[in-house]
Amino acid sequence: MTNKSKQTEQEQDTGIRYVNLYEADEKVYMRRITGFYQKLRRYTGMPLLAAYLLMPWLVIDGRPAMLFDLPERRFHVLWLSFGPQDGMFLAWLLIIAAFMLFTVTVLVGRVWCGFTCPQTVWTQMFIWAEFLCEGDRNKRMKLDARPWGPEKVARKGAKHGIWLLIALVTALTFVGYFVPIRDLLVGLATIDVHPAAAFWVFFFTAATYMNAGFLREQVCKYMCPYARFQSVMYDKDTLTVFYNYVRGEPRGPRKPTDDPKEKGLGDCIDCSWCVQVCPVDIDIRDGLQAECIDCGLCVDACNQVMDRMDYPRGLISFTTEDAIEKGHTKVFRPRLLGYGAVLLVMLSVFAYALSARLPVGLDVLRDRGMRMYRISGPDVENVYTLKINNKDRDTHIYDLSVSGDYPFELEGYRPLPVNEGEVLTLPVRVVVPREALDTVKTSVTLRVEARENPEIYTEHTTTFIGPALRDQ
Amino acid sequence: MSTFWSLWIIVLTLTNLALLLWVLLANRKVAVRDDEDPENRTTGHVYDGIEEYDNPLPRWWFKMFIATFIFAGVYLILYPGLGSFPGVLGWTQEKELRGHQQQAQARFSEQFGEYAKTPIEELARDPQAMKMGLRLFANNCAVCHGSDGGGNWGFPNLTDDAWQWGGSPERIKQTLVQGRKAAMPAWSASLGEQGIAEVTEYVQSMGDREHDAELVSAGEQKFMRNCAACHGADGTGNINLGAPNLTDDVWLYGGEPSDIRQTLRVGRNGVMPAQGELLKDDRIHILAAYVYSLSLNYDEQE
Repeated sequence: MTNKSKQTEQEQDTGIRYVNLYEADEKVYMRRITGFYQKLRRYTGMPLLAAYLLMPWLVIDGRPAMLFDLPERRFHVLWLSFGPQDGMFLAWLLIIAAFMLFTVTVLVGRVWCGFTCPQTVWTQMFIWAEFLCEGDRNKRMKLDARPWGPEKVARKGAKHGIWLLIALVTALTFVGYFVPIRDLLVGLATIDVHPAAAFWVFFFTAATYMNAGFLREQVCKYMCPYARFQSVMYDKDTLTVFYNYVRGEPRGPRKPTDDPKEKGLGDCIDCSWCVQVCPVDIDIRDGLQAECIDCGLCVDACNQVMDRMDYPRGLISFTTEDAIEKGHTKVFRPRLLGYGAVLLVMLSVFAYALSARLPVGLDVLRDRGMRMYRISGPDVENVYTLKINNKDRDTHIYDLSVSGDYPFELEGYRPLPVNEGEVLTLPVRVVVPREALDTVKTSVTLRVEARENPEIYTEHTTTFIGPALRDQ
Repeated sequence: MSTFWSLWIIVLTLTNLALLLWVLLANRKVAVRDDEDPENRTTGHVYDGIEEYDNPLPRWWFKMFIATFIFAGVYLILYPGLGSFPGVLGWTQEKELRGHQQQAQARFSEQFGEYAKTPIEELARDPQAMKMGLRLFANNCAVCHGSDGGGNWGFPNLTDDAWQWGGSPERIKQTLVQGRKAAMPAWSASLGEQGIAEVTEYVQSMGDREHDAELVSAGEQKFMRNCAACHGADGTGNINLGAPNLTDDVWLYGGEPSDIRQTLRVGRNGVMPAQGELLKDDRIHILAAYVYSLSLNYDEQE
């Protein structure tokens, strides 16, 4: 470490150079492209974007359709409300989403990445702003190379202005999923909002701006966990973007009037359009690469070039390795069928569990008192602590009833109103005449039922313990 | 923390940070032989014919690493981390806790204050207050009195109509604030086993229970002389002294003749601890209302 830092880059006598281990990524200048897949990307991304932006504004049953109420620990999703004890549903939802991703990836490669991933959708929006303010690829490169002047300031300023605006709307919408969005906007407008909410709006604005503005494809390359393992799910019949090297090679420039066979050339004219339009800056002609997100822009670009050259389309296309090598693709393969079957089973079980979800929960704990039972005059008493959990969206008063093999009765139950999402903990005594009890241990079933709605009920069976039998 | 350990931590922390930074900076450059193609250098690892490129890492990674060092430096200046150096902000766990407690206090005192103005009889019919009462009772009283307030051997049942110290809202509140000490003296020395047996039979007769008629009259005389001062001539007790009613079916220490004899022999000393200091007035008010409500008929409550 003494004088290494002062060393020159080149040490002539050893033939060893020192290069930087860390390298700034080259900026990707995407060329604007139109075509089938670009349209498809737009139309798959837009509904999702619209849903994201509008969902917080939607009101169902007089409450936001989507609200993740963290302080209250309640998730409101459309007509359902979930509490902390419904964590299983969230876990299964994520597992199902993961399996969907597996299934889709095996079938059609990384289309999630190329067409619907928020990273892709927001980057598309930001690039649209770039095209609008700075023009296409060559213009942008020239603009960046130029010294600062009024025009450059105006163009760059407009671009960053639009970026920040999009980022702000994104952040407001995102925070709107956690704080009712109307309150949030009114609060922000009147500087009367919880500092945490304001902080997160600022944070997500900055994050969106950085992410879609500057990081872009680096998220896919270096950060995204899906990108790491999605490529592992490919098999030889996975639909993905391929360059048909059989048709294309050897590549080389030519005039449109030339006959490629005469020149000994393939169909690829080496115009590098496919590289220029690529959002992750790879050359698809090197074969399938880990960075490729299956967005199909190079397919659009190449098809345009082929049309101009009057060659058949599809030099770069969505196809499979088998189709190129053997000429046919096997769609129904064990891996895909397995994923599909598992996904179907999980989806149906999930749907059933969701529909069978009881709107009330009841837990019964035997009292941890000094004794297992209490003798009170002619009766034997057992004390239980009930935990009544109202998972419904309305406040309910629950009636309690008891049943068992002996003439059990209830004492000390207090029908208090239980609010939405509240867990009411309260004691109750189950009483039976001592004469009627001819066993030490038996079962009692406690049942709660909403007073206004007999369909909302649940039961819990627990043990009842009496005194040891006296000699008869 | 002694000076030595404080220094120990400071030196360790800063040395580690410095070493990490040195490792990062010292490895910024890699040696490349001139005859290597810089574009397609591999690490030399081959598996299944797959080779691993030795591509440079992204620059922003390096920058993020540097940012973590800056963060560490700022953190160590602002917060406690370097031995006994308290940090510029003066943050401590205790202060954080006090802050949260004050926030909670501020949040609840409003509601408590509302309830504190409400008379206990009214509060006993307020479902929201009773929910608070439930929780307060479970946390503070249920250990002795049972989670239902039904009592235990030696601990009074709060759900019936028998009140050793009085069941009016004011009396209940007083019991909670000041606590109570019951003192039933031991009589084995002055009455003797025979006297205890006689008094027991008399007590049995007062409640119309099975008793030995021969012993009752002798028991009555002894009762009037020794017990009536507290329990009253009719045996119905005295709430000012915490003397229980002996004519009903409610027995704190068991109502069998053998239990009563034992009580007479050794005496009893029931203690209800004072809660005034611990729970403060607002909570006690709600608790008193809850205890009062325990003996009400719930069907009327709605």
